[in-house]
Amino acid sequence: MESEVQNKAPRTHYINARYGLKSWLFTIDHKRIALLYLASITFFFFLGGLFAVLIRLELLTPKGDLVQAETYNRFFTMHGVVMVFFFLIPAIPATLGNFLIPLMIGARDLAFPRLNLLSWYIYVVGAVFTLIAIVGGGVDTGWTFYTPYSTTYSNGNVLLTGIGIFITGFSSILTGLNFIVTIHTMRAPGLSWFRLPLFVWSHYATSLIMVLGTPVIAITILLLAFERIAHVGIFDPKLGGDPVLFQHLFWFYSHPAVYIMVLPAMGVISELVANMTRKNIFGYKFVALASIAIAIFGFLVWGHHMFVSTQSVYAGMIFSILSYAVAIPSAVKTFNWTATLYKGSISYNTPMLYAFGFIGFFIIGGMTGLFLAALGLDIHVHDTYFVVAHFHYIMVGGTIMGYLGGLHYWWPKISGRMYPEGWARFAALVIFVGFNLTFFPQFLLGYQGMPRRYYAYPDEFQVLNVMSSAGASILGVGYLIPMVYLFWSMRYGPKAGSNPWGAFGLEWRTSSPPPTENFKVTPVVTWEAYEFSPVEETEVIDISTP
Amino acid sequence: MQVSVPFAPDQASTYSGEVDALYGFLWALTIGVGAVLTILIIYFAVKYRRRTEDEIPKAVEGSLKLEVVWTVIPFFIAMGIFTWGASIYYKRYSPPSEALDVYVVAKQWMWKFQHLDGQREINELHIPVGRKIKLTMTTEDVIHSLFVPAFRLKMDVVPGKYSSIWFQPTEAGRYHLFCAEYCGTSHSGMIGWIDVMEPSEYQSWLSGGSGEALAASGEKLFQQLGCVTCHRSDGQGRGPILEGLFGKEAALQGGQKVTADEAYVRESILNPKAKVVEGYQPIMPTFQGLVTEEQLLQLVAYVKSIGKTQTGTNPAGASPSPPNKMGAAAVPTGPPQTGRSGGAEAKKPR
Repeated sequence: MESEVQNKAPRTHYINARYGLKSWLFTIDHKRIALLYLASITFFFFLGGLFAVLIRLELLTPKGDLVQAETYNRFFTMHGVVMVFFFLIPAIPATLGNFLIPLMIGARDLAFPRLNLLSWYIYVVGAVFTLIAIVGGGVDTGWTFYTPYSTTYSNGNVLLTGIGIFITGFSSILTGLNFIVTIHTMRAPGLSWFRLPLFVWSHYATSLIMVLGTPVIAITILLLAFERIAHVGIFDPKLGGDPVLFQHLFWFYSHPAVYIMVLPAMGVISELVANMTRKNIFGYKFVALASIAIAIFGFLVWGHHMFVSTQSVYAGMIFSILSYAVAIPSAVKTFNWTATLYKGSISYNTPMLYAFGFIGFFIIGGMTGLFLAALGLDIHVHDTYFVVAHFHYIMVGGTIMGYLGGLHYWWPKISGRMYPEGWARFAALVIFVGFNLTFFPQFLLGYQGMPRRYYAYPDEFQVLNVMSSAGASILGVGYLIPMVYLFWSMRYGPKAGSNPWGAFGLEWRTSSPPPTENFKVTPVVTWEAYEFSPVEETEVIDISTP
Repeated sequence: MQVSVPFAPDQASTYSGEVDALYGFLWALTIGVGAVLTILIIYFAVKYRRRTEDEIPKAVEGSLKLEVVWTVIPFFIAMGIFTWGASIYYKRYSPPSEALDVYVVAKQWMWKFQHLDGQREINELHIPVGRKIKLTMTTEDVIHSLFVPAFRLKMDVVPGKYSSIWFQPTEAGRYHLFCAEYCGTSHSGMIGWIDVMEPSEYQSWLSGGSGEALAASGEKLFQQLGCVTCHRSDGQGRGPILEGLFGKEAALQGGQKVTADEAYVRESILNPKAKVVEGYQPIMPTFQGLVTEEQLLQLVAYVKSIGKTQTGTNPAGASPSPPNKMGAAAVPTGPPQTGRSGGAEAKKPR
C-alpha cells in the first residue's frame, strides 16, 4: 500500500519540521513529547526486564545460589518499582494517548502544551531520583513498601525511591488533567461524546483515576517519610501508629493504578478490533460506559488486597462483593469485542494478532481475579505465586499486548513507515507463547503453596519454576525482536500512506506522519464512530500541503 | 466435600476440601468461559476473514437484549461465587470455645510457639490430629504471615495487636509452615513445620516437655510485677477483680461496653487508660516496654485461666455476654475487635 502523495516534494511533517536536540527537548508538540516518553519508557522497560531476568535466573534452582538474599530482595523490588511507576503507568497514556488524543478529536494539540512538556520533565526528574536510588544500592521493601518494615527496619534507599515515585506522580496527575480538559473542550465540531473513539473514552476514564488517585499515593509517601525521618508515629505501633493503615492508603491508589494500566489497553483493543474488522464496536455505548464504571468501582475495591491483614471480616465481605461488581463491566467489554467479530472483515495483521492475544490473556487474568476475590479461597492463595501470575496476566499480558498492538497499528502514523509484517507476526507469536509458559505455571505454583518474594524455596516447587524461567527466556526474545525491526523500519521500512489499514478515525484522515498542526483545516465530523462506509473514499484533510 | 485437584498441596485440615472444591469449580468455570469465547473467536476469525483488501462489511447494530443477558448472567454467577467464598471465610473467624489455645510470637526470622502446658517451640509446632486449634498471634517487629498450605490457612501477624485464626487438622503428618508476608532479608528462610500427631503420641510428647504451664508463668509475673496488689480477688483492691472476667462484657466509663478478650487484656496492660472500667480510677501505670510479647501472652493466659472462676460478686460490672453470631461467647475475638483495640486508636484516651 503505497502512499498517494508519493510524487510530491518532501513534505514537511512534525518530525522534519525542525532539527537538532533543542528542537526536541523544548518542543511543545504533543507528538514529539509522545516520542520523548516513548524513548524514556522503553529504557525503563528494558531496565525492569533486566531485573526480571535476574529474578528468573535465581529461581531456576531451589537454593539461593546466584546472589545473596539481600540482593535478590532488591531485584524484585526494583523490578516492581521500575515496571509499575516508570513503565506500565505511563506506557499507553503518555505515548499513544499523548500522540493520538488530539489527532482523534481533530485538535491541534492538547489543551496545555507547555504543561505537557513539563509532565515529561517531571517524569524524568522522578526517574533520575529512582535511578540514583538503584545505583546507590537499591531498596528492598518490595514495591508495596509495607510498614513498619519500610519505615523502621529496612536499610535500603527507601526515601530516595519514595521521592522518585512522589515526583513522577505529578507527571501522571498533570497528564490526566491535560487529557480531561482537552477531551472536554477541544473536540472538533460535530464530534459529540458518543461519536468519540473508544480509545478516547478509555483515556478519559484513566485520566479521572490519575487525577483523583495519584495524590493519595503522594500523601502516603509523605507520611512514610515523616515516620522514617522524624519518627512521627503513624504506622509503626512502637511509636503509636497502625501498620494496617498504611495498607489502606497504599491500595487506595495502587488498586486503581491497575486500571490506569489496563483501561488504556482496553481502549487500544477497541480500536484494533473495530478497525481490523472494519465494523462498529458491538454495543459501543456499553463499552464506553464500562470504562467509566471500571474507573468508579475501581476506587471501591482496595480492601481485597487485605483479606488476611486483620481488616474487619465485614469490611472484607464488602470489598469482596464490590470486587465482583467491577468484574462485570470487564466481562461486558470482552463479550462485545467478541460479538464485533461477527460478520466482520477480519484481518490477520499484527495489530489484530495482539488484540486476539490481549483477549486471551484478559480472559485468564480476569477469571483468576474471581478466584482471588473469593474470600475463603483468597486466604490460601493470597501472597503466593497465584497472585503474581494473576496480576502479570492483567498488567503485563493485558497492558503490554495493548501497548505493542497499538504501537504496531499506529506505527505508520507515528513514523510514516511500515514495519516488516512477517517479523512482527512472528514476534507476536513468540510473545504469546513465552508469556503463557512464564506465567501459567505460576498459578499452579501458587496453589501448591509457594509464597511470593521467596529467594530460596523447597524442592517440590522446582519443576514449575524451571518452566517459568524457560518461558521468560522466550518472552525476553519476543520483546527484543520488535525493538530491532521497529528501529530498522524508521529508516528502511516502506513508506506508509495516510491510511494504510483502510481504518476509520480522524487520525487516519491526515497524512503520515502528520504535520505539526495535525490538520490543515479543522475537520467537521458528520459521521458516527466507526461508521465504515463502502461508498465514500476517505479524504485526507491535508490538501494544502506545501 | 472431597475434591482433589491437580497441583494442590496435601489436604490436612477441614478447610482443605472446602477450598479445593471452590478452586476446582472456578477452574471449571474459567475453562468453560474460556473455551466458549475461544471457539467463538476462532470460528468468527475463520468464517469472516478478510477476503479482499477493500472489503467493507455491513454494519451490525448492537443488541440491548444481548447486553442485558451478558450483564445479568455473570452478575448472578459472581454473586454465587461471592457467597460461596464468604461462607468459608466467615467460619474461620468464628473460633469455637473448645479450641486448644496456642500462642504465637513471630520475629525476624523465626516462629515461636507457646503451649498452654508450658512447652515452647521454635519453627516447629506439635498439635494433635482432630482437635480444634486456635492460634493467637503477634510479632515483635514487622508484619509476618502464618501460612500452612496443607491446611489452606493463612493469617497476617501484625505488630501491636493480636490476630487469631482457628483450624482443625484432619491428617497426621508433617506440613510446611511458611511466612507469606515479605519481612526482610531472610523472609524465605522463615519456614518451619507443623507436626500433626495422633492424640496418644501427642500426649507423650506433651509429658516429655519441661517447664511450667503458661498460666502458671503468667501468675508468677502477676505477682512479680505487682499486679496482684491492686487486682485483688477479694474486691478490696484499687483495680477490677480479674477472676471470672475473661470473655464477659465489662462496662466502661462513659457507658460503652467491651468484651474482655485477649486484645482487651493486652491493651489494658500496655495502655491502661484507653478503656477504663466503670467505677475505677485511671491510675494504673503502663507496662509498655516492661514486658515482652511472650510475657504478655503468659499474662493473658493467666487472666484467661482465672476467667472460669466464678466469684460470688459481679466482678467489675461484668455480666455474661449473650451468645452472639460469632459463635462462642467465651472467645468472641475476631478482626473487628482486635482491629479496634490495637494500634493507633489505642493512643487516644477515651
